[in-house]
Amino acid sequence: MAEFLQFLFSGLTVGAVYAMVALGFTLIYNASDVVNFAQGEFVMIGGMVTVFAAAAGLPLPLAAVLAVLIAVAVGLLLHALAIEPARGASAVTLIIITIGASIFLRGVAQVLFDRQAHGLPAFSGDAPIRFMGAAVLPQSLWVLGGAVATFLLLYLFLDRTLLGKAVLATAANRLAARLVGINTRTVMALAFGASAAIGAVAGILITPITLTSYDAGTLLALKGFAAAMLGGMGSPFGAVLGGLLLGLFESFSAGYVSSTYKDAVAFVTILLVLFAMPSGLLGRRAVERV
Amino acid sequence: MLSRRTLAGAVLLAFAFATPASAQNTVKIGTVLSVTGPAAFLGEPEEKTIKMYTDKINAEGGIKGKKIELVSYDDGGDANKARTFATRLVEEDKVVAVLGGSTTGTTLAMIPVFEEAKIPFISFGGAIEIVEPVRKFVYKTPHTDKMACQKIFEDMRLRKITKIGIISSTDGFGKSMREQCLKVAKEGGVEFVADETHGPRDADVTPQLTKIKNTPGLQGLVHTGFGQHGAVVTRNVRQIGLQVPFYQNHGVASKSYIELSGEAANGVRLPAAALLLAEKLADNDPQKPVVVAYKQVYEKTANQPVSTFGGHAYDGFFILIEAMKRANSLDPQKINAEIEKTKGFIGTAGIVNMSPTDHLGLDLTAFKMLEIRNGDWVEVKAGS
Repeated sequence: MAEFLQFLFSGLTVGAVYAMVALGFTLIYNASDVVNFAQGEFVMIGGMVTVFAAAAGLPLPLAAVLAVLIAVAVGLLLHALAIEPARGASAVTLIIITIGASIFLRGVAQVLFDRQAHGLPAFSGDAPIRFMGAAVLPQSLWVLGGAVATFLLLYLFLDRTLLGKAVLATAANRLAARLVGINTRTVMALAFGASAAIGAVAGILITPITLTSYDAGTLLALKGFAAAMLGGMGSPFGAVLGGLLLGLFESFSAGYVSSTYKDAVAFVTILLVLFAMPSGLLGRRAVERV
Repeated sequence: MLSRRTLAGAVLLAFAFATPASAQNTVKIGTVLSVTGPAAFLGEPEEKTIKMYTDKINAEGGIKGKKIELVSYDDGGDANKARTFATRLVEEDKVVAVLGGSTTGTTLAMIPVFEEAKIPFISFGGAIEIVEPVRKFVYKTPHTDKMACQKIFEDMRLRKITKIGIISSTDGFGKSMREQCLKVAKEGGVEFVADETHGPRDADVTPQLTKIKNTPGLQGLVHTGFGQHGAVVTRNVRQIGLQVPFYQNHGVASKSYIELSGEAANGVRLPAAALLLAEKLADNDPQKPVVVAYKQVYEKTANQPVSTFGGHAYDGFFILIEAMKRANSLDPQKINAEIEKTKGFIGTAGIVNMSPTDHLGLDLTAFKMLEIRNGDWVEVKAGS
């Protein structure tokens, strides 16, 4: 039982990280049909800026706020300088632009910061909480809480606010949205800014556990993308579900099957799910717009 | 029409004369290092070290009047790129010797190129495959993973630890060291009762460690795999309350490993080079002046703490420079013959005695068994 719980907590922690990255994907995808592959870099910026601001003497909360603000600025610039000028291009083109942006951001980060791994002190201490024989780091609870809070905020925003509805409307049909008076450009910018903020918050929360470095975003973007696909691209709940499931697959296959095949087990499971349900567990059924 | 052809001819002539003229005053040494990418923590200090000492030697007049011209490439940790750069060094840059290959992976990709071109190649990769079997033109400076395993087992044997678990990273170094450890386990007098792996960037390895923890009879744990990610493993070991003696490997040996692991690092043992101790070495230790001097120069110039990885580059660079001085020639074959004759070279990794059958030249005494106490390295007597 203790073993099971340890695997469960490990899976949930890692899964919550994937979930937050997947939520960032979801928001931009909802607004623009673009899968933003620079999402992992927002996570990296969140972690790295906090580390360096804290090292420069800023108190941790202030450093974290600064990191989120910088990430939002980068997100807005990414939209204004790279996505907006290419408006009207196909989604695939825009996705390729985001891949370029991700490589660019990584390059800038290794020049501006450095190439070493960095950590942050855990928010509420390093002493693990013992629970029925399993040990959980308090920071894991922060990550889980962060994922849940982000999800709730995003859900309320998309479902309960006019601006959120505008985001969904823009995704559904940009021309129609414009015709009913939605400023689609603002909506897109908003999506990039908010998505960057989500990424940065994730980066700040996970750095005490996983460490961060200029290239920490690449793998997270991949796993987050897999999580978003599994849950169903575009659904915030799906993103959280997909992220947690992916984390749990990994941890249980490492624990019960073999650590050598843990990534393989996780990705094969995702493939099987997508064979059966091509739009993911909770995705919108694919409708070809003509 | 004629004038254009004349011009082209003139340019060609100019080049034809310019090239040998400059070649007489400089000697070209190539480097292929992983200055960016996942192995940047290796490549960066290596590159800085080589640049630093190249500038120093050039400022002092070069090698027998010839200035060193470095041709440096960054492979980003990618073996395919490394091989392309290796070919370029041979065919276009026409270097006389090559330093580098920050990792085992990039090194193994480059070996065939330099073997074929008969150009001496001193690698900073960790795995024993680089020098076993011995290849005529390939050398390496870091201790091998096999030696690390032997050193760890020696310590374990004296502490009466026989049943151990291993957790290895799936990066090239982690895999290779795992294999070497399994190979020498029997003669080292230990038995592996648990064998798990983790990805080099895994956020959490508690599932694997929990499995190891629950293995009956477990008395000790070894982690193989390089880089600062070793800190995550170390923290997870403490998190789940795994109490058995825990051994890290020389691939994590840097000050930042201790910083990133925090409290969890205390009590961890690892085999590593004398460089980590530097000023704390005994005064009669022959390595002391060398490692202290390198440490001071490096920390002053690079403005970051010294690491053993930069030390490997220091060793390789000076083994090459001394061989070039002895060879008194720019013929790669003659330089190679002199590298092979290196004897009693005092480097940061130990005292190097090369031979035609040993292209590493280090023995187990080069390793010190260190323990981390209160955030610093302390040398421990084997088995204490």
